[in-house]
Amino acid sequence: MADVFKKVEPAEYYRRHLTHDARPDGRQLLAFRDVVVSVGTIGTADGSALVRLGGGGTTVVCGVKAELASPRPDTPARGYVVPNVELPALCAATLRPGPPTALAQTLSQAMADLIENSGCVDAGALCVSPGRLVWALHVDAVCLAHNGNLADACAAAVVAALRDTTLPAITIDDETGRVRVDSGRERAPVAASAFPVAASFAKFDNDILFADPTAEEEALATATVTVATLEDGSLCLLHKAGGSAMTEKELQQCVDRAQVRGAELRHLVNKVAASKEC
Amino acid sequence: MSCLKQSNLRGFACEQSCLTRSDGSATFNQGETTVLAAVYGPVEVKLSKEHVEKAAVDVIYKPKVGIPGCKEKATEQLIKSTCETVLLVALHPRTAVVIVLQEMQNTGSLLSCCINACCQALMDAGINMRCLVCAVTTTVDQEGHIILDPTSKQEEDGKAVLTFAFDSKTNGVIMTTTSGIYSSQEYQECLLSAQHASAKIFEFYRDSILKKLSRVS
Repeated sequence: MADVFKKVEPAEYYRRHLTHDARPDGRQLLAFRDVVVSVGTIGTADGSALVRLGGGGTTVVCGVKAELASPRPDTPARGYVVPNVELPALCAATLRPGPPTALAQTLSQAMADLIENSGCVDAGALCVSPGRLVWALHVDAVCLAHNGNLADACAAAVVAALRDTTLPAITIDDETGRVRVDSGRERAPVAASAFPVAASFAKFDNDILFADPTAEEEALATATVTVATLEDGSLCLLHKAGGSAMTEKELQQCVDRAQVRGAELRHLVNKVAASKEC
Repeated sequence: MSCLKQSNLRGFACEQSCLTRSDGSATFNQGETTVLAAVYGPVEVKLSKEHVEKAAVDVIYKPKVGIPGCKEKATEQLIKSTCETVLLVALHPRTAVVIVLQEMQNTGSLLSCCINACCQALMDAGINMRCLVCAVTTTVDQEGHIILDPTSKQEEDGKAVLTFAFDSKTNGVIMTTTSGIYSSQEYQECLLSAQHASAKIFEFYRDSILKKLSRVS
């Protein structure tokens, strides 16, 4: 019976749940789905991570490939990071094969903003030889299953993969100018200490605020907002694109919840990274 | 406690109906930053973009130099969903409203200028709207002072740039986007001073429409 009700009147179905501080999947309004993170899942990449929300509902795998390149003329002593989010047709019924959708491009840009704003990669440390050779990190996030809240999943996968990334030592022969990978020396990590974590919220019926929306909830939501926080409680991204208006109180509520969520996820990723090492 | 360093918006100016072939158009200046917006709609829609229950809003953003890339696409999406919120899209199902934005000159606060130009052009086109929208950019400088409507130099030197769009009815936040690192207190203060400044822009909207209509009659 509930299934029929949900199909015929999806908005009313959610309204009945949400007004009683409950969600159809059993969560409370401001509760996030369980997260599974594994790092170093792809052996051929320089760093990788897989993030699953809610038992595989949303799955994003991210690999980092480092490449030696000549620096951009305006920043001769800095390497660069090129994030790209792919949404293949296999991840959701609503997506079609073809060139990157607007959603994929928006997500790619959001990841680029997140990395640059938070400073989670020290671009200066990616420099091998100023003006001649720097590392370019190609960060490719591929969505395998899309059940809402791609922004959080992508951000978690990208940041965890970058924290897993190590680069080989490089020696340049001064006389011949030949570049050689020094396999004897230890690989160096690229990640800086900053660890941004994104948390997304949605609004239903212009007044009910809830966290970590699923694809169904996203389709019914009147607005969504994404907040990225750092360890010290400062913010590095707050993105709300249109949708119903929010008051400063609601935004503050999102920020406060995002900070708690940030601490949880940071603890989880650090634990996973530590267990990998030993 | 951070204080407001520059509480004035730069001088703004607007000229509506500057293009003859579009349904509505406007140039909006904020200081030296100038954006030209043209609105066509409701017009025929491409089949792939058609919605049965509402009009599709299509924003095309043209940078001053070069071809639009990923960043411009993200800006387009941001402006698109902001306009979709304020337009009564349900009145024109199976059609499209096309908004073309041309950056003419950028000396800071470009995104807010784009949104303000959009709103003026939509008003000029006479498309039904739920409410008006205006945007304000703020910057937090290295000392934690808040600067309203910053120039490019101030944006570059500051530690964070925050842009907000407000609706004219409830003064709630329709759109917000940020870059750089800032504290949640700084965010709230920027929001409040931007909200305060938005009243001036809405007042300017009213004046410019009054002037335009008095010319007509």
